Amino acid sequence: MQNVNKHFGDLHVLKNINLSIDKGEVVVLIGPSGSGKSTLCRTINRLETFETGTITIDGRTLPDEGKELANLRADVGMVFQSFNLFAHKTILENITLGPIKVRKTPKAEAEKKAMELLKRVGVEAQAQKYPAQLSGGQQQRVAIARSLAMNPKVMLFDEPTSALDPEMVNEVLDVMVGLAKDGMTMIVVTHEMGFARKAADRVVFLSDGEIVESNTPNEFFSNPTSTRAKDFLSKILTH
Amino acid sequence: MGEILARYDFVGAFWLTIQLSFWSALGALMIGTVLAVLRVSPVPVLRLLGTAYVNLIRNTPLTLLMVSSILGLSLILGLRLSNDVKTDAFLWAIVMLSVYHAAFVCEALRSGVNTIPAGQAEAARAIGLTFNQSLTEVLLPQAFRGSIAPLGSTLIALIKNSTVASVIGVSEAAGLMATIVENETGGVPVFFVFALGFVVLTLPLGVLFTSLSRRLAVKR
Ligand SMILES: Nc1ncnc2c1ncn2[C@@H]1O[C@H](COP(=O)(O)OP(=O)(O)OP(=O)(O)O)[C@@H](O)[C@H]1O
Ligand SMILES: [Mg+2]
Repeated sequence: MQNVNKHFGDLHVLKNINLSIDKGEVVVLIGPSGSGKSTLCRTINRLETFETGTITIDGRTLPDEGKELANLRADVGMVFQSFNLFAHKTILENITLGPIKVRKTPKAEAEKKAMELLKRVGVEAQAQKYPAQLSGGQQQRVAIARSLAMNPKVMLFDEPTSALDPEMVNEVLDVMVGLAKDGMTMIVVTHEMGFARKAADRVVFLSDGEIVESNTPNEFFSNPTSTRAKDFLSKILTH
Repeated sequence: MGEILARYDFVGAFWLTIQLSFWSALGALMIGTVLAVLRVSPVPVLRLLGTAYVNLIRNTPLTLLMVSSILGLSLILGLRLSNDVKTDAFLWAIVMLSVYHAAFVCEALRSGVNTIPAGQAEAARAIGLTFNQSLTEVLLPQAFRGSIAPLGSTLIALIKNSTVASVIGVSEAAGLMATIVENETGGVPVFFVFALGFVVLTLPLGVLFTSLSRRLAVKR
C-alpha cells in the first residue's frame, strides 16, 4: 500500500501509510488503542474507504465498488475480534456459503472441503450446530476456517483473541501459528507478544496513524528505537 | 338468529375475507420487502424513495385509499382490473390492502434489520458476497426471523382492515353484516356472530406467530 490517507471527519486516522508485504510474510501490527490498527486492516479489503493512495494486492489495484471489489475481497480473508459467524446458519453452512455463492463450487465439493478445514481447526464435531452453541474459541476457529475456505491470498486478523477467555486464547493462536508455518501471508493485529515472537517475520508499530517502526520481532522487542515504541512496550510488558 | 344466517351467505362472506386477506398479505409482504431493501440500501435516492412511500401511505386513511382506487383509478382513469364490476372491486381491494400494509411490513422488517449486529454484514462482504447476496443470504433471513412478531401483528391488522373493502362494494364479512343489520331486526346477536368469526380467524394466527417467533429467533 502506498501513501494511504484516511480521515474520520476531522480525525486523520491513517497518515501516509506505506507498507509492502511479501508473499508468505507474517506481519504483526501493534500500537496503542486508537492508533488506527483496525482501520488499517479494514482499508485493505475496503471495509473502510480511504481518500488518497493506492492498495495493490498481488498486482491488482483495489477497485472502488461493485462486483470487482467483491471478487477481490474473496481473495482477502478477514477474521474479526467478535467472530461474526452468520448466526442463522450452521457451522458447516457458514463455511460453504462463500465457496458456493462466490466461487460457484458445487455443494458436495464445498462441504467436503469444509469438513477438512473444520478438522484442521479441530471443530469438525460441531459442524451441524449453530454459532451460539459454540464457545468463543471454537467460534473463532470456525471463523478462520470460513476465511480459509475461500483460498485467500492474504489473511487479516483484527485482535482475533482479545474477546476470548484466557484459556481459549491458545487454541486459536495455535491454529494461526500453523497457518504461518504453512506459508500463509498474514497481517495480524494482536497484543499477544508470544505469537509475534513465534510466528511473525516483522512487527510494525503504529502510533497516531503513522508507521513509527518496522522491524523483526527480536529487534523490535529488545531494541525499540523510537520513544513512542519504548513507551508502549514498557506499558504492556509491565502488565 | 340461525334463521337469519341461513338466509344470507355467511360462510361465503368469510371466505371472501380470507381470500382478500391471503392475497393482500402476499402482496404486502412482497412490496414491503422491496421497500425495506430500499430503506437500508446504500443509495440515498433509494432510501429517500422508501421513506417517502412509508410516510405517505402509513399516514393516509385506508378508506381514502380504497375509495380513491375505485373512484379515481378505476372509474375516472379507466384502469379496470376486470370487466366485471365485482371482480374489479375485489382486485382493487387487494391492491390497496397490499399497498397500505406494505408500509407496515417494511417497518417491521426494518426493525428486524436493526437487530442484526453490523458485523454480520461486514463478514458477508469480507468473504466476497455482493450487496445483493449479502442481503438475500445473510441480512433478510435474519431480518425476517427477527420481525416475525411484528409481522404477525401486521397480518392480524390486515385481516381486520380487510373489512374496509366493503366501502367499495366487496361483500366480505363486514359488508354482509352491514346488509343484515340494515334489513333484519335483532342486530346485536348478528354483530356478535361476526365478531366471533374474526376472532376465530385471528386468534390462532396470534398464537402461531408467537410460537414461530420464539422457535425461529436467531440465537446470538
Ligand atoms: N467509524 C468511525 N467513525 C469515526 N471515528 C472512528 C471510526 N472508527 C474508528 N474511529 C477512530 O479512529 C481512530 C482509530 O481507530 P481504530 O479502531 O483503527 O484503532 P485501533 O488501533 O484498532 O484501536 P483498538 O486497539 O482500541 O482497537 C480512533 O481514534 C477511533 O476513535
Ligand atoms: Mg481495533
